[in-house]
Formats: sequence, C-alpha cells, structure tokens
Amino acid sequence: MSYEEGLRRKDLLGIQQLGVDEIYAILDTARNMKQVMESGNKRTAYLAGKSVVTLFYENSTRTRASFDFAAKYLGASAGALSSSGSSTAKGESLLDTAITIDRMATDFLILRHQVSGSPHYLAPRVRASVINAGDGCNEHPTQALLDLYTMRDRLGRLHGLRVAIIGDISHSRVARSNLWALQKLGCDVRFAGPGTMMPRFIEQTGVTRCRSVEEAADGADVVMGLRIQLERQAAGLFPSVPEYVRYYSITDEVLAHAAPHALIMHPGPTNHGVEMETSIVEHERSVIHEQVTNGVAVRMAVLYLLNLARNRRQRGARSA
Amino acid sequence: MNLMILNAKIVHPRPLGAACTEPGTGTIYIVDGVFAERDQATAAGLIDADGAPREGTDVVDATGLYALPGLIDAHAHLRDPGQEYKESIATGTRAAARGGFTSVLCMPNTIPVIDNAAVVRYVIDKARREGAVNVFPIGAVTKGQQGVEIAEIGLMQEAGAVAVSDDGAPVSTAAMLQRALLYAADFGIPVIDHCEDLSLAAGGLMNEGLNSTVMGVQGIPAVAEDIIVARDIELAGYLGLSIHLAHISTAGAVALIRRAKARGIRVTCETCPHYFTLTDDHCLGFNTLARVNPPLRRPEDVAAVIEGLADGTIDMIATDHAPHHDDEKDIEFAHARNGMTGLETAWQLAWTRLVLPGHLEIGDLARLMSRAPSERFGLGRGGFEAGKPADLILVDPEREVTVDRFRMLSRAHNSPYHGMTLQSDVVRTYVGGREVYRG
Repeated sequence: MSYEEGLRRKDLLGIQQLGVDEIYAILDTARNMKQVMESGNKRTAYLAGKSVVTLFYENSTRTRASFDFAAKYLGASAGALSSSGSSTAKGESLLDTAITIDRMATDFLILRHQVSGSPHYLAPRVRASVINAGDGCNEHPTQALLDLYTMRDRLGRLHGLRVAIIGDISHSRVARSNLWALQKLGCDVRFAGPGTMMPRFIEQTGVTRCRSVEEAADGADVVMGLRIQLERQAAGLFPSVPEYVRYYSITDEVLAHAAPHALIMHPGPTNHGVEMETSIVEHERSVIHEQVTNGVAVRMAVLYLLNLARNRRQRGARSA
Repeated sequence: MNLMILNAKIVHPRPLGAACTEPGTGTIYIVDGVFAERDQATAAGLIDADGAPREGTDVVDATGLYALPGLIDAHAHLRDPGQEYKESIATGTRAAARGGFTSVLCMPNTIPVIDNAAVVRYVIDKARREGAVNVFPIGAVTKGQQGVEIAEIGLMQEAGAVAVSDDGAPVSTAAMLQRALLYAADFGIPVIDHCEDLSLAAGGLMNEGLNSTVMGVQGIPAVAEDIIVARDIELAGYLGLSIHLAHISTAGAVALIRRAKARGIRVTCETCPHYFTLTDDHCLGFNTLARVNPPLRRPEDVAAVIEGLADGTIDMIATDHAPHHDDEKDIEFAHARNGMTGLETAWQLAWTRLVLPGHLEIGDLARLMSRAPSERFGLGRGGFEAGKPADLILVDPEREVTVDRFRMLSRAHNSPYHGMTLQSDVVRTYVGGREVYRG
C-alpha cells in the first residue's frame, strides 16, 4: 500500500485536523516501524541529519521517552528541554523559548503544554514542524494513534468497534483525541465517569454518555481506563478514592459485560487499585504494555511522514 | 463655537413604542457650543432674517447624511491612569470620536482604582486637557474594588463620578450590594453590576458549550450570569431601588430582566455589539481576539439579545471597549486577557446587524446609543433640544468600511472584526459644536 500524500501538513496538532487517509497512512507506516523496532538493528537513517527537540512543560516519562527513542531509531539527533531547569523557569515565554530552539535549526519541535491550543499557537510562528504531545485538556494525538494501532493490530479492524472509555473525561486530552479518531473511523464510542468529570455538552459530539461503567462496557470491544489525577479529589470532584473505586474501577465484573475478546487499555501511568487492579493491568486481555511499544512505532511513523512532507515542501520551494 | 448644518436627515431618539418616522431634513443651529432654535441663531448673527447664513458663519452641507445626537458609551475602559501602554485618555477618546461617541463613561479598574475623589479628578482633568470627547468617570463601589469596604461614593460623585461599579467582577456578595444600593440611593448615583457567579465561572475561558468541550477549554456557563442577574433583580426589587446591569449576554438574563421590568422592578441594562454579532464559534482555532468576559455565547443568545433590544428589555448599547497590548493577545489562549476594542466599530455593527436586517430603526439606535445612557446617568445630552451641548455626529449610511484592526485610533489592536466589511460610517463628530473627527 502506498500513500503518495502521507501527511498533508507541516505540523501534527490534533486528530481533529487529520483526514481518515492520513490516519491510515500513519497506522500503516507504524507497522513497518514496528518491524524496525523488532529487528536486530534499530538504527535507521530515515531522519539522518535531522534534529528533534522535546519541549515539555508538564511532567512526563513515557511520552517523552517514546518520542526520544522514536527520533533516535530514525537516526535523528534529539534534544530535550523541560520547563524546570531552563529559561522557562525564569519566566521566558513559550514563544520566546520556541523561537530560540527553532533558530538552532530544529526540524521537529515536540511540545507538551498545560494550556489547550498551545501547539496551535506556536505552529505558524516557527519553522520547525510542531508535534502536539499533549496540550491541556484538548488533544494528545499520538496517544490516540497508538491506541488505534493497538486496537487494529489486535482486533484486525477499526470500523464498527465499540469502545468504552472510563474515567475523568473533562480533563482528558486522551479521551478527546480518541473520540475524534474513533468517530472518524466509524467506531461506537461510549463514555462513563463521575458526572463532575463529564463535559456538560459531550453528547452533542455524538458520543454515548453512559450512567455506569457496566453500561459503557456492555458489548464493548475495547475497555479503556483513563488516569485519574488524585488531586481532583481535593478539588471536590469526587468524594474519596474508595468510592471512586467502588463505582468507576474496571474490574472482572465490569469486563464480564464486554465482548469476550475485549481489550483492556490504559494510556498510563496507571494508578494501581484505582482505575483498575494490578490483576487487570496484567490481565491476559490487557494490551497496556503493548501500547507503550506501539507508541514508539507510531511516533516514528509520524516523524517519518512529517519529514517526507517537509522534504516535499522544501523541494517545492527550491524548484519554484 | 457657532455652526450651521444644512440638509441633514435629523434623527431624533425614538421613544420605545412610538411610531417609526422617517428622519426629516432640516437645519441644525449651534450657538456657543449648544443647540439653538432658529430665532436664537438669528439673534446670535448666524443667519439673516431670511434664514440665509451670514458671511463668516461656518456652514456644513450634510446632504445625504444622517445627523444623530452624539453617541454615549456607558461602558469603556480607557486604562488611564496606570495602563497607558494599552490605551490612554488621549488615544481612547480619539477612538471614541472616530466611532461617533461624544461621551464616554470610563470604568474604574485602573491602576490605581478610581475609588476616591482624587482619582476621579485626575481623570476629569486629564480628559479636559487631552481628551477629544467628554469623559465621565465611573467610581468603584468598594475600595480597591475588593468587595470589602464601601468606597467614598459621595465624594466621588461630588468630584464628577456619574455611577459606581466594581466592573470586571460582580459586587462581591448580596450583602455588599445591598449596602451599596442603600448608600448610593441618597446620592442618586446609579450602581452598576457585572453579573457573573465567580464560583461557577472560575477557571473558565469561554462560553461553556460544545465548542469549549471540543477545544478542551474550561467553560463559563450562561447560568453563571443568570444567577447574579436574578440576585440583583430580587435585591433591587426588595429594596425598591434601581440597579443597572452591565454587558448582558445570555438569553436567560434577557428573560429575567424582561420579567423583572414587567414586575415593576427598577432594573436597566446594557448589552454590547459583540453579543449581538458574534458567537463562541469565533473562539475556534484558539482565537484570543474572541476572548471576552462575559464570553461570546450561542446563536440563541444572540437572537435573544436582539429581541431584547427590539422590545426595550435592553435599554442601551455600550461597547465594553477593552483595549489590550498585542503581547497580551498574541499568546496562548489561556494566558490571553479578556476583552476587545469596541469604540470604533460599534456604530457600524449596530447599523449593519440591527438596522439593515430590520430589527431596529435608526431612531432606536439614537435612543439605545445616546438618549438612554444620557438619561440613565444624568448627562443632559442625547438629543437636539435647544440648550443641550452640541454633541452630534453625521453618518453616511452608504459608506462601506472594512475593519483593519491595525489601523485604528485606539492604541490597541484587539478587534475581532478584522477584515469584516460593514455598512455605514461616521463622517463627522462634534463635541460642543467643535469638530473632533472627520472621516
């Protein structure tokens, strides 16, 4: 299968902006990237001579490491900046920091920021391709893409799947990116979680809002938990961890409502015993650890395809 | 200052419920900066016995133009003192003149806050020296707008304040509002409230709805406005006192105010051009120019606001002109300041979106944008009656304007209407018979 176009853009800001063909281009490319990861020699030259910088204003282990490895497996040189220990701690603005990195001939700027829309703000103002690694409560597109990859890999298809997503929807960029992606690909998405963590107008997006985890899981092909920020309890959004566990934890009883082949997913890091017990994380149908591996492959695919688009644009600019 | 304006179609404010009348063509006489009758103009030597202008009389031929009483903005932020990098009395009043506003009521959230007579006098003195139009300061309800202690309302009024408001935030509690209403009543100075339940609005950046959900941005629900509108109405009704509600934006608030007026409660209110022209769709793509408080709402709210303007529920149109520096808008969505400029686009928007589609007559705009704020805040303007200060504008209904936010007289550029083509424009502005803008 060949995608002449691949990605038709400079930046990856969110799933909302992507066409269905672009999503499939990433997923197909990721399959090849996963073969690279599983081969004896993980170092390729697809991004040789390119530079990738991760600029993270929020703590992250897996996403940051995932992008870092993806860049290295593609042969790019990778750098990292975080908000503590750099000028951002001295009050330098996001734009000033980004322009500074940009002018060091950076090709890819991978941004995680607590403000929704930050990568959208930055993208037109820098030469580098901006990849959104999570912006506020808005989007986390590469997470959704790795989730799609995992579902497709395990279940053989995406169209027509029923996917239950459980937890704090309001504050979740993972839930949003998955919703947009799954809807574009013809899936049936169902949300469940405390009413205090459910956006009031969410049903207008076409998602089914369920009143219980069991209802959401009913007949589901995928049951996905979301990380709950325990500080939300202090903010009064749920009364206690035990009560949350009682009503919103993904348990064997919940899974009994799902399809027999249903996958258990979680973007990580999991609060063991809250979103689910360790036995569920390690369940035979859990693909949580696979998601991590697939994350690297998907991020390699995104970098690879955006790089092709950059090369096309530069060739176009030269010949013009 | 003497002047004669010939052949203008003279627009008188149309009282609510009065029949529509086509503005008649006539002559406007200005003697010593005030409107005059013909015999006064004769006595003053502007015209001879036949009504012809004498030699040396300044004459303006306004054929094809409407003449309206100068517009009065009951709600603007001039940012002076303290934030002159955003706007100043000099630049803000020039923006006002360009937009057809001959009087501006300026909000007290300056640095320092206009919460005592000295700052009131500073604003008035500076406006006298540097201002292009009349400036009437609004004082704070509470000291420092902190919502704790009542400000020196009497002394501020004596110094020239025409109203009090803690704008930017609601009067903190029902008890504090009650104190302010009771205290201000004896001075006859209107109390203005900004209606927003802060506990519901906390952290919100735009209207709560599908758009805020899709963007992953915390919303400000419409009910946050409605709840404080209801609080204020009930309190005013209980006390039998009047209150003015700023920048009404929701269908719920319009309905509450309509019912309150039917119950005889003395509530007045204003809305702003952005609440009858824009929706929260303008926030999509994280457009910081569309960030404003109250936030841009849904189409049904816009329809309700227009209905409220048409049936008299909403008493006046104010701008909530809120200039900000480019650095405060060219930034991540959550870090951008609330507010948009409005003085230079309000007339064009009102004409294009209210008069052209047939919701209102031009005489309604003269009421909503001039007579009503003049009466509510006791300014003695808002009409052509002899003896009133000769504040007026000439408007060309045929002229098209394409808004360019970088070419405005305001120091700020934060207009969300950039690139929009609007119909009708102000071509002359006179304050006290003196030309302060020519376009």
